[in-house]
Amino acid sequence: MNLVSTAARDLDDDPPLLSVRNLAKHYGNALGCRAVSFDLWPGEVLGIVGESGSGKTTLLNCLSGQIDADGGEILYRHRDGEVADFRTLPEPQRRALLRGEWGLVHQNPRDGLRLRVSAGANIGERLMAEGARHYGEIRGAAMNWLSRVEIATDRTDDLPIRFSGGMQQRLQIARTLVTGPRLVFMDEPTGGLDVSVQARLLDLIRGLVDELGAACVIVTHDLAVARLLAHRLMVMKGGEVVEAGLTDQVLDDPHHPYTQLLVSSVLQV
Amino acid sequence: MSVALEAEASGYNFAYLDEQTKRMIRRAILKAVAIPGYQVPFAGREMPLPYGWGTGGIQVTAAVIGADDTLKVIDQGADDTTNAVSIRRFFQRTAGVATTTATTDATVIQTRHRIPETPLTEDQILVYQVPIPEPLRWMEARESETRKMHALAEYGVMHVRLYEDIAHMGRIVKSYDYPVRVDGRYIMAPSPIPKFDNPKMDRMAALQLFGAGREKRIYAVPPYTRAESLDFEDHPFEIQSWDDGCALCGAIDSYLDEVVTDDKGGRMMVCSDTDHCDKRRAAGYSGPMAAPYAETPK
Repeated sequence: MNLVSTAARDLDDDPPLLSVRNLAKHYGNALGCRAVSFDLWPGEVLGIVGESGSGKTTLLNCLSGQIDADGGEILYRHRDGEVADFRTLPEPQRRALLRGEWGLVHQNPRDGLRLRVSAGANIGERLMAEGARHYGEIRGAAMNWLSRVEIATDRTDDLPIRFSGGMQQRLQIARTLVTGPRLVFMDEPTGGLDVSVQARLLDLIRGLVDELGAACVIVTHDLAVARLLAHRLMVMKGGEVVEAGLTDQVLDDPHHPYTQLLVSSVLQV
Repeated sequence: MSVALEAEASGYNFAYLDEQTKRMIRRAILKAVAIPGYQVPFAGREMPLPYGWGTGGIQVTAAVIGADDTLKVIDQGADDTTNAVSIRRFFQRTAGVATTTATTDATVIQTRHRIPETPLTEDQILVYQVPIPEPLRWMEARESETRKMHALAEYGVMHVRLYEDIAHMGRIVKSYDYPVRVDGRYIMAPSPIPKFDNPKMDRMAALQLFGAGREKRIYAVPPYTRAESLDFEDHPFEIQSWDDGCALCGAIDSYLDEVVTDDKGGRMMVCSDTDHCDKRRAAGYSGPMAAPYAETPK
């Protein structure tokens, strides 16, 4: 396997958690994304930025098993050290991964939550799917996670539809992280929230990801979000990765003309 | 009038369905028995009664009943309600089989809502009428997804429902159609029987067949097969209980119905299984509201 290591990781002997090679997705004749390759190490946060239609959500959906790519490999290193291509794994194992070791945070929390059951049950669902059968322990874990995402524990039995947008998004994050996933995908986690709520949510995500040591792929069009959360950045345009590197390096010294345009279009306050 | 109705109808095949249809249903039943708890699709036929009145159960009964069988039909535990009477007469007329109200005399029992109180034997078949065969339906609306969940035994969401009950009510309040895990594998909706009857399904000596006419599914629990009710370690499964026994026969171990007797708050609790109650009263048992026992005129 030809590992394309970044300079920052050359000193690190750890093998990557996720290696993506030549991933491609077409919608009929239209290009979704193509020739996407990258490595992701445990505990690392990778940001994918680009404008609307640049293929970043397509890429995330391919990675997280929402849609199947047309070609390429998604090599994932399991807890036991075994490396397998997610795309060729049998469906039971793929679904087991998505339930336990992987997590997906949707842009719209309503896509990721069960709106007709209480917040506590939403968090407990992934635990019960993994075989937890002790009500008291499930409830304890749910309340613990609610307080970790700064939701008052007296809201445990309320329905998520009674929550504000920011609370719903925090609940979705708690629900995703409760099983201690090793790899988390986030699609515009702060999209649609007002700026002060965004800031607190970002703070929270950064703290939790750091605490759990989970690797994270975050798709965003907001360079400020990328700057705050991501260790490394990939810039996408027209379905291809045009620039990749350390976040500060890409944002402070953009090489590709498109990245330069992207960085210069951010409003300076 | 009644004599004409009881007479065998002419022009129909034995037990109404044609032989090819019965073979198709029997194949589905064999598959269902081979994979306990698995819902087998079958080409359900139009029956001469509306969906929801037992079209699935009737088709299963028609496929398994033979000329020397004795049929009992119960609805809400009673032998004398409209649905039970109609279905019993249907098979009297189209199959000419003997019918009975006594659980012990029956070889085929078609039921809605109850399992008889008298333990069933290896020589009997219990046929359930099922309105909604999919236990995952209320958590996952997509049929394509529920099939996948069954195939991969992804049953975590079933406990989400029970969790919700405990979180809001302090205990599991689901009292009928209480999901069971059959033979340690498939989760099954036991049709709207009270959870009081769930323990009777577990390792029952009789063959249990389930027919859902509208949804066109057949499933089965073979004799002596495990059927465990879902629960939590710290909130174990429990059945309903009553403070007093049956007002007519005094039984304290049967499922009781509440009957309102006047408009001043008067009520009585009686056995829902009418055959069980009759048998007990004939044997001399008596409850606080019982009249002296007299043989029911046949």
